[in-house]
Amino acid sequence: MALDRITGEHSVAFAKSEQLFDWARRNSLWYLAFGIACCAIEGLMSASGPRFDFDRMGVFFRASPRQADVMIVAGTVNHKMAETVLRLYEQMPEPKWVVAMGACASTGGPFRSYPNVVLGVDKIVPVDVYIPGCPPRPESVQYGFMQLQEKIKRQAEERNAARRDRDR
Amino acid sequence: MSELHDTTYEPGLLAEGTFDPGEKPAGIKRIPRGVEHLATEHLVVNVGPQHPSTHGVLRLLLELDGETVVNAEVVVGYLHRGIEKLGEHRRYHQLGTLMDRGDYMSGIHAELAAAMAVEQMMETEVPAKAQWLRVLMSEINRIASHMVWFGTFGLDCGAMGQFLYAMRDREALVDVLEAVTGQRMMFNYVRPGGVLADLTPEADSAIRTFLRTIDGYLDEHDALLGGNEILQIRVKGIGTLDRETAVAFGLTGANLRGSGLGYDVRRDRPYAAYPELEFDVPVGTTGDAWDRYTVRMGEMRQAVRMIRQCIDGMPEGDVMAKVPKVLRPPAGESYACVESSRGELGVHLVSDGSDMPYRFRYRPPSLYSLQALEEILPGRMFADAMMLIGSIDIVLGEIDR
Repeated sequence: MALDRITGEHSVAFAKSEQLFDWARRNSLWYLAFGIACCAIEGLMSASGPRFDFDRMGVFFRASPRQADVMIVAGTVNHKMAETVLRLYEQMPEPKWVVAMGACASTGGPFRSYPNVVLGVDKIVPVDVYIPGCPPRPESVQYGFMQLQEKIKRQAEERNAARRDRDR
Repeated sequence: MSELHDTTYEPGLLAEGTFDPGEKPAGIKRIPRGVEHLATEHLVVNVGPQHPSTHGVLRLLLELDGETVVNAEVVVGYLHRGIEKLGEHRRYHQLGTLMDRGDYMSGIHAELAAAMAVEQMMETEVPAKAQWLRVLMSEINRIASHMVWFGTFGLDCGAMGQFLYAMRDREALVDVLEAVTGQRMMFNYVRPGGVLADLTPEADSAIRTFLRTIDGYLDEHDALLGGNEILQIRVKGIGTLDRETAVAFGLTGANLRGSGLGYDVRRDRPYAAYPELEFDVPVGTTGDAWDRYTVRMGEMRQAVRMIRQCIDGMPEGDVMAKVPKVLRPPAGESYACVESSRGELGVHLVSDGSDMPYRFRYRPPSLYSLQALEEILPGRMFADAMMLIGSIDIVLGEIDR
């Protein structure tokens, strides 16, 4: 959308409310400040620090799950923690997304062979984006969020296409 | 409570003629009659494991009387990943990888402890250059770790600005670590027998660039957070750990030195190239949160001093001793400890002569600090509890292991 063309003095833009909401959601993905282990330093702290500046993508941390859109699972989830992760996920309002950051959250990582460790957070909650690395660089996390934005955009388009087919 | 908060504070930014507090207001007394002796019901508040101020996945059960903490219970285990047990199924070379993920903020120190324990059993002679590189990287990592503490300690007190400044300086240090080790966090740089790689010219120039600016930046940090009277009034006099209590809890590191006992592994059980370096050990007086703050800030300055000496006095030579591809130390045991950013980090290895340790024990300094938290929380306000967690600087990765 070329914003400079439609933000003239008397210009009016029409959009479906659904499209408008999706556009807004894509660009204000607030994540839950929930660092479990090492990845939290890179993905939550460094990424929102001055160099990588996550804010410019509209990504900002919220302390409460009630205000969050995205949960970044940043670290190893063990069986004691799994209950809390699930509960936090359930406390987040719809629509919500989960980013599994790093090897531990994706598969169990270097601690895979320990029986207390959950083999990937997708065993507990549905995951939208997996970010590889141990730990991933902040740039990787930002790329992961760009993929999530693409995914949200695509979901909206798919939904509209399905509706068009049905109406036809 | 009030007499603790009335301690004199050092003049900071506000006291330099820019702010005149004027006369104190007369105060408002609005306590209704007859309720002075009414007791409030005790309330148990669950803090964590998801809480922005618990520095990871710490869970606290706080029993509150009004806003005062009466009793505190620490619940750990939310990050238990079996580092010790997994270490018994890894070869000696691979221990560093696990140690990195234990205390993830100061990985070099953790690797160094594991490598030193293996070297003790193998009786390996580490080249002089490797010893100096270990010290250099340790001190760079110490500042990086303290920067994260500094930023989050301010966040716990409700300040935001210093976090961004701290992360700016940490990025400069992480760049250096990345240039030398290839990774931003999990370095796996210190190996049994030496270190992975020499300083590259880029790394050397990055360190020199950093050294040109760091002194001014540290002054800036001191003025920004430590010179702030609001922080001083909130921090001074809370969470006091006297010397006997600190020793009884087994505290080490800045938490012990804040209580006035100058025990530092680098000086008292010297390892690597520390005997050849000049440095002071900052020591506090009363053992309150402010002392722990000043000790850590002092440690950063000493670390800068040591980095300068390392850069100037770096010897020439190999960075790795000749060690076999598969290490099989003779049966026996060894204990090696280093001064990590949080205290004495020790590794106890028992070998049965095979290529994997029979027993691998990791002494995490944060665990002992965390136990002292249950001692200092009761009697404080709920808002102080968050700052006290910040002031003891824990990393849950090494507590739960």
